[in-house]
Amino acid sequence: MATVSLDRVSKRFGEVLAVDDFSIDVAEGELLVLLGPSGCGKTTTLRMLAGFTYPSEGRVQIRGRDVTHEPPYRRNIGVVFQHYALFPHLDVFENVAFGLRRRKAPEAEIADRVQRALSLVKLESLGQRMPRALSGGEQQRVAVARALVIEPDVLLLDEPLSNLDAKLRLDVRQEMRRLQQLLKITTVLVTHDQDEAMSMGDRLVVIDRGRVQQIGSPQDLYLAPRNRFVASFIGRANLMEGRLEDDGSRFVTRSGLSIACAHCAPGAGSLMVRPEAVEILDRPTSGLNVFPATVEVVTYLGSISELVLRLTKSETVIATEPAGAAAPRHWTPGQQVTIRVDPASAVGIAPS
Amino acid sequence: MVRGLLLRERVGRVTFQAAVGAAFVFMVLPIALVLWLSFFANEILSLPPEGYSLRWYREVFAQRQFINGFRTSLNVALLATVCGLLVTTPASFALARARFRGREALFQLLMSPLIVPAIVIGTGLYMSFVELEILTGFPVVGSVWGLAIGHTLITIPWGMRLITANLVGVDRSVEEAAQSLGASPLVAALKVTLPLIWPGVVAAALFSFVVSFGNLEISLLLVTPGQTTLPIAILQYLEWKIDPTIAAASALQIAIVGAGLLLTDRFVSLTKVVQR
Repeated sequence: MATVSLDRVSKRFGEVLAVDDFSIDVAEGELLVLLGPSGCGKTTTLRMLAGFTYPSEGRVQIRGRDVTHEPPYRRNIGVVFQHYALFPHLDVFENVAFGLRRRKAPEAEIADRVQRALSLVKLESLGQRMPRALSGGEQQRVAVARALVIEPDVLLLDEPLSNLDAKLRLDVRQEMRRLQQLLKITTVLVTHDQDEAMSMGDRLVVIDRGRVQQIGSPQDLYLAPRNRFVASFIGRANLMEGRLEDDGSRFVTRSGLSIACAHCAPGAGSLMVRPEAVEILDRPTSGLNVFPATVEVVTYLGSISELVLRLTKSETVIATEPAGAAAPRHWTPGQQVTIRVDPASAVGIAPS
Repeated sequence: MVRGLLLRERVGRVTFQAAVGAAFVFMVLPIALVLWLSFFANEILSLPPEGYSLRWYREVFAQRQFINGFRTSLNVALLATVCGLLVTTPASFALARARFRGREALFQLLMSPLIVPAIVIGTGLYMSFVELEILTGFPVVGSVWGLAIGHTLITIPWGMRLITANLVGVDRSVEEAAQSLGASPLVAALKVTLPLIWPGVVAAALFSFVVSFGNLEISLLLVTPGQTTLPIAILQYLEWKIDPTIAAASALQIAIVGAGLLLTDRFVSLTKVVQR
């Protein structure tokens, strides 16, 4: 059963259509990610779920109850804000207790539940601290504890990791995912960071310019993006323009390269090949989807090396090769190489 | 070239410091003079003084109109401050948070006592109060309440400015967080926003008090014999006698306001409030 559902929801700000006809269901215990570039409408969608703003059209339901026009304080939701929005005049304990006090919980119960929430985020000893005396990571955990302590029907996370430094972000990401799965709490996360979305989400909703582009698991989106936008937004992609030929078994690019592809649905306007699917051969070979190329740029990124390879005057592809291969290979710009593209990993993409 | 630039910079800095110093002297000099005069021994003001004494301070406390005036001013200023805050705090919330038709007009209306000459406000109030008295039989003119209503008007622009400035600095998402946790907008305002803008409210209270305590023009039209404020008592005394008694009375007024400022500064940093 869907815990949260948006049914044909739209939001207009004056002339601007920020959210255009969204229908999304979030299953019980699921972590759904709203992913898209800034200004795509993902935050507006979250704010409609929270009740900070109301839809122009459509319905919002939480646990089967129509809350489309209910204010936030009658929704039983937990929200973690981008800048945490802790109450600066209250200590950590009172920050977490705030929601319970509004619910008129008895004092003993408040003390007990706040303590449990703080230990969930491993801050049990910091109850008396003021928010300004906490690090960014600690503030973020207080915000999570404050949202969880009221046992909300749905947890809403608005870019909760964007203000943490890169190293900490990875730890917190895992920690939040662990917590979410432990408590089996239905969660909607908004982010523009596709790594974050892929690593945390059960399902992703890719949004662009107010419209849902695709909904699916991280694997679905990575392997079978429905359009150009999703293909380029999720992971890195080589996208080549052209058209299908030979009953859809071959894709011919604008500069005349003919690439066999196994998954080209009719109507495909471009072909996507993920960088890791571009194989660099040790010696020139002949065969299906084998092309000569010239190395243009080599970038060493630690765990992988990334190469920009020129195929024709107007087309390049990016190839990546994991470091730590048995026999490490070296390339220099200008070097002639041969590449192969597995037809199974060449995916036809419909125009957006 | 570098030397020339440095010289120009140095000249600029010295000029700036001189200008600041001159402005400071310009503001402080009258206050310093009044304080100095209040200790002169001679009755007729002349320089240099014949000697120093505290007799004018004794004189102030011996004169009933100063003591009564002080008491009236204090009552009126406290009432006006409280009434002013009761208007400006909710009004600032509405203007800073809600978007509605006539919002700008309402703001200008609340700021207008700063633009309309106080003597005009006083005249307008006097005429209205007289009409009100005729209608109800309740003596408004000359009452502390009548004065307080007039003074409330002139405290409003100060309250509006200071409280709105603080409200603008409060992160909206903190209020939204409170609402998501089950607080209605009113509870969120009382439990979260109000504590956060408290320095602004305290500063507004202080400025209101000072503005009311020193007001002359509005009071002039609303007082009756036996019910005057301190500035008016000073003015009336000046009309027939010039001796350092008024300097001493003014010195006491300065001391009260100054003490208020220092006291407030202990609770909220005034520099911070003014910088907002």
